[in-house]
Amino acid sequence: MPKDGGIGASSKRREDIRFLTGEGNYTDDINLHGQAYVFFLRSDIAHGILNSVDTSAAETMPGVVKIFTGADFEAVGSIPCGWQITDKHGEVMQEPRHPVLAHGKVRHVGEPIAAVVAESLAEARDAAEAIVLDITDLPAVINMKEAVKEGATKVHDDLTSNLCYDWGFVEENKGAVDKAFEEAHHVTTLELVNNRLVANPMEPRVAVGDYARGTGDHTLYTTSQNPHVIRLLMGAFVLGIPEHKLRVVAPDVGGGFGTKIFHYQEEAFCTFAAKACNRPVKWTSSRSEAFMLDAHGRDHVTKIQMALDKDNNFTALRTDTYANMGAYLSTFAPSVPTWLHGTLMAGNYKTPLIYVNVKAVFTNTVPVDAYRGAGRPEATYQLERLVDKCAHELGVDPIALRRQNFITEFPYATPVAVEYDTGDYVATMDKLEEISDMAGFAARRKASEAKGKLRGFGVNCYIEACGIAPSNLVGQLGARAGLYESATVRVNATGGLVVMTGSHSHGQGHETSFPQVIAEMIGIPEDMIEIVHGDTANTPMGMGTYGSRSLAVGGSAMVRATEKIIAKAKKIASHLLEASEGDIELKDGAFSVAGTDKSVAWGDVTLAAYVPHNYPLEDIEPGLEETAFYDPSNFTYPSGAYACEVELDPETGHVTIERFSAADDFGNIVNPMIVTGQVHGGLAQGIGQALMENCTYDSDGQLLSASYMDYAMPRASDLPFYTVDHSCQTPCTHNPLGVKGCGEAGAIGSPPAVVNAVLDAMRSGGKDVGHIDMPVTPARVWAAMNS
Amino acid sequence: MTQVKMTVNGKAASGDVEGRTLLASFLRDNLKLTGTHIGCDTSQCGACVVHVNGEAVKACTMLAVEADGADVKTIESMANADGSLNTIQQAFQDHHGLQCGFCTPGMVMSASALLKDNPKPTVAEVRHYLDGNICRCTGYHNIVKAIMAASGQDVSALAAE
Amino acid sequence: MYNFDVEKPTSIADAVKALGREEAQPMSGGQTLIPTLKARLAMPSVLVSLKGIAEMQGICTDDAGRICIGGGTVHAVVAKEAAAQYPALAGLAARIGDPAVRNRGTIGGSVANNDPSACYPAAVLASGATIVTNAREIAADDFFEGMFATALDEGEIITEVKFPIPEKAHYEKFIQPASRFPLVAVYVAKFADGVRVAVTGASENGVFRWTEAEDALSGNFSADAVAGLKIDGSGMIGDLHGTGDYRAHLIGVMTKRAVAALA
Repeated sequence: MPKDGGIGASSKRREDIRFLTGEGNYTDDINLHGQAYVFFLRSDIAHGILNSVDTSAAETMPGVVKIFTGADFEAVGSIPCGWQITDKHGEVMQEPRHPVLAHGKVRHVGEPIAAVVAESLAEARDAAEAIVLDITDLPAVINMKEAVKEGATKVHDDLTSNLCYDWGFVEENKGAVDKAFEEAHHVTTLELVNNRLVANPMEPRVAVGDYARGTGDHTLYTTSQNPHVIRLLMGAFVLGIPEHKLRVVAPDVGGGFGTKIFHYQEEAFCTFAAKACNRPVKWTSSRSEAFMLDAHGRDHVTKIQMALDKDNNFTALRTDTYANMGAYLSTFAPSVPTWLHGTLMAGNYKTPLIYVNVKAVFTNTVPVDAYRGAGRPEATYQLERLVDKCAHELGVDPIALRRQNFITEFPYATPVAVEYDTGDYVATMDKLEEISDMAGFAARRKASEAKGKLRGFGVNCYIEACGIAPSNLVGQLGARAGLYESATVRVNATGGLVVMTGSHSHGQGHETSFPQVIAEMIGIPEDMIEIVHGDTANTPMGMGTYGSRSLAVGGSAMVRATEKIIAKAKKIASHLLEASEGDIELKDGAFSVAGTDKSVAWGDVTLAAYVPHNYPLEDIEPGLEETAFYDPSNFTYPSGAYACEVELDPETGHVTIERFSAADDFGNIVNPMIVTGQVHGGLAQGIGQALMENCTYDSDGQLLSASYMDYAMPRASDLPFYTVDHSCQTPCTHNPLGVKGCGEAGAIGSPPAVVNAVLDAMRSGGKDVGHIDMPVTPARVWAAMNS
Repeated sequence: MTQVKMTVNGKAASGDVEGRTLLASFLRDNLKLTGTHIGCDTSQCGACVVHVNGEAVKACTMLAVEADGADVKTIESMANADGSLNTIQQAFQDHHGLQCGFCTPGMVMSASALLKDNPKPTVAEVRHYLDGNICRCTGYHNIVKAIMAASGQDVSALAAE
Repeated sequence: MYNFDVEKPTSIADAVKALGREEAQPMSGGQTLIPTLKARLAMPSVLVSLKGIAEMQGICTDDAGRICIGGGTVHAVVAKEAAAQYPALAGLAARIGDPAVRNRGTIGGSVANNDPSACYPAAVLASGATIVTNAREIAADDFFEGMFATALDEGEIITEVKFPIPEKAHYEKFIQPASRFPLVAVYVAKFADGVRVAVTGASENGVFRWTEAEDALSGNFSADAVAGLKIDGSGMIGDLHGTGDYRAHLIGVMTKRAVAALA
């Protein structure tokens, strides 16, 4: 029976009403009195010496308010990086300065060189065209393996090379891993590329800076997943504005997928320029700009090897990855190929020895950072492609090989420094075999073949790590931030609640799912609870929403704050009921004395807190408002098994997804409808990566896929209905809700299943190519089929 | 500057625009109807779809002066007179056909145009009709389901949850 | 966009006059031109909108039995109103771009622009249509002069396209997944006196007739007749979506499928 409200109910989303009627309030919908507009003149070459920027002609153009160049920002801090990696030699990573506007050199197509503030965007752009640049072209550094060779052109002259870091994990294990390979019965080797992607939330980024000269207060409205993080990074490290004089507001945000975590130059610019021009300054990104300035994702080149014994047990794994950082270090870029990737290399398997090497490389490309999954899709893709390749080389069933090597006992400490608290990989695989109708595949393949098509079936497992924590550990790993979350629960006199959360909803539905939790805890209707988020002025310091952390970390903070509320309310109730506090029970929105029919309603207690006439003022303060900060003791580990069924047209190479099944274990679930929707969206992005999406540069550093004309965004007609199941539930043991996180799973778990299915289809057509790189476009399939 | 006059959501609207002013900009900036969104500049994402003289068009690929004298409908006019969601909007909420909400106005306007022409579309027809509307959140599953439901068709068997 | 004036003539004569202004450029549906203007790749001082010219709208049949489509007719109207007389052409129109684009984009604009990946040029060339302008009539075989190049003079506008109706015809399209334009598409039209095959999306010279396939099909109108034909990949467009060789291969596949659909 579907539940009617509370935890486990598919409550309809309240935020939908405003979105469906055009009443959302996105950043571009904000227009401040007297605002000016900024247009950034951006580099159209990948690498060059910026000899001069002559703005004299542009200054005289109609509507121009002020023109800024890199020189105006010399006294301003570098756009900071939030994570410092220590390499395998114990050295800290090389960290270049990242200016707000280019100064001295340009390092990627799209890097801002000058900013024109004018009365209208069109006038700003007109004037930008009158700026005269003198740039001496330099060779572009694009290929990562070339970039780290001796004598290669350097992206940053003040660094020793283009190598940001050379990370070994776990370095002490390397000898044992190499020895296990020497002793292996079989070794499978795979070289692959994890294709560069562009996150492409449908709302392009926007920033509106405002400054009140009378008070010295700055306000920035921005399309961010984490306004407090922006406030801290920009205020403390770039502009030198203390938090109490800087308010950052992220109103309705039209999708993030990671790319709106990071602090970008345009945010700092608009905040800075609003003061310099003494009027609000607005920047709205066009989609074409977004392609060359929003941080990209993935872009790994990897060699991975598995050692197996004579019984097909995995004995050791080693990987060697080149990870593209782009021209500068974006906010969390260094952590993605390391702590978000290396720690996941055990996957679902009890491989006893693992060694991961990652070389992070600077190139003349847009910075690369977290995109839905961030490091975990890269880990899952290489491991699950490799396991499939092992099975085919050994002539065993890919599912059987996986099952044989599954971790089955929990908690499980992996050789890559993490401990899985719970999971049941057998159960999700069993469920997958059921929902994907594996039994019917042979008949479906026959039907495809009758039409002249090939049909393939591919599976993979995945493990994810969400809610990265605890803060003291991540600090040791190089994070320059804490990874707790916060919530303030304010109960009003008449019993309604407002929750001010540090999490930020940009599609995840927190405004609906968070109240479900509190409604369950207190026993009141969900509509008595309101969620406030996205404004540093009225929410406690929070770390925001990414890494599938909101419910596991932010939700837990809300639970802790609500527990404090309930504890205090029980004290008030015990006073009102003239009973001992220990005898007070809260159920269905009423406090009662155990074993009696005496009770007092939730609303009577909350009213007493604010109208404390009959109130124990000598023991407790009036009011009912509590704050909690929650710092998890471990990551959460969602897991699952996915199956993809494709049909391949051997004449054209075109692949269609015929069926896609996902069996996930997310632990406990608050709103199944929302969870299912999150999986759908992740699957579409994973399938997009596998079949269509590719961000490509030419050797001169020109972005070839720079708009929707060339970057293939999946459309409705490219995708199937998905079969999604999350009935396998092993609750997280260390957070109060037992939840694990579901936002990234679909994007992490789907690419290998798609590619495994395509290869299966090709094999059924008599062509075993061993591997094919993503995106598996028709042209690539055709070339492989005819190789 | 040229003065344009049109009917927007049943009301007379006018304003001074440049030749280059897009219909989308006129709606958003002059009329403050910010439900029409701009998600790309190559006429592909469809977040800006509105109805001009009853037909779906991309408001970012039409000049405001071209809409002079036209009857324009935007997302702000789609709810029922009492403010409740119309059938399509309600189906989107019921079937979780939106997440971040940014593409949603265009999706609803396209769905409305589709169902006017084709009141009982097939799943394939719905999917192809949405070729000009990109959603990055939902994977389209629930959008397609919502539109099928809005057409009055049984969606319980479309796909297992 | 750079700024420009907009003129909205209501007759062909007025449009031609307006196009006489310095740096004037005609605009029909604007579905290609407006994105181009947004990217500041064009800088007209006057845009002459052809949308308000009633005499360039609609579909009729002439005495020779040709279906005559006004240059300002949008794809959605062709899709609907040409369906009975010329279903292949209507089918092509029904799959250009997306519904919103089809409500604005016009046949005249598409043909005049001659994008190497546009759909309409394939139908015009394969049908042996006649392009009518304000000044003259041009046979399709003389009209398309390479990528984005046509026989149109400065200020000359397409007022009508007249299509002879083949015995049967079919358009087979393989899309480029990002733009949804054809990666390669082939229009096969069978007339009593022969077969015409036009290919779009593939060649660096824009739409072209595949004469080898025409010859083979004129003798034996069956998929088998073109199964063995090969076309050379040199001179074909090569980009991140496919090499010239791949496009050349697809020409064969699309042609075979178009013929098979008519068998």
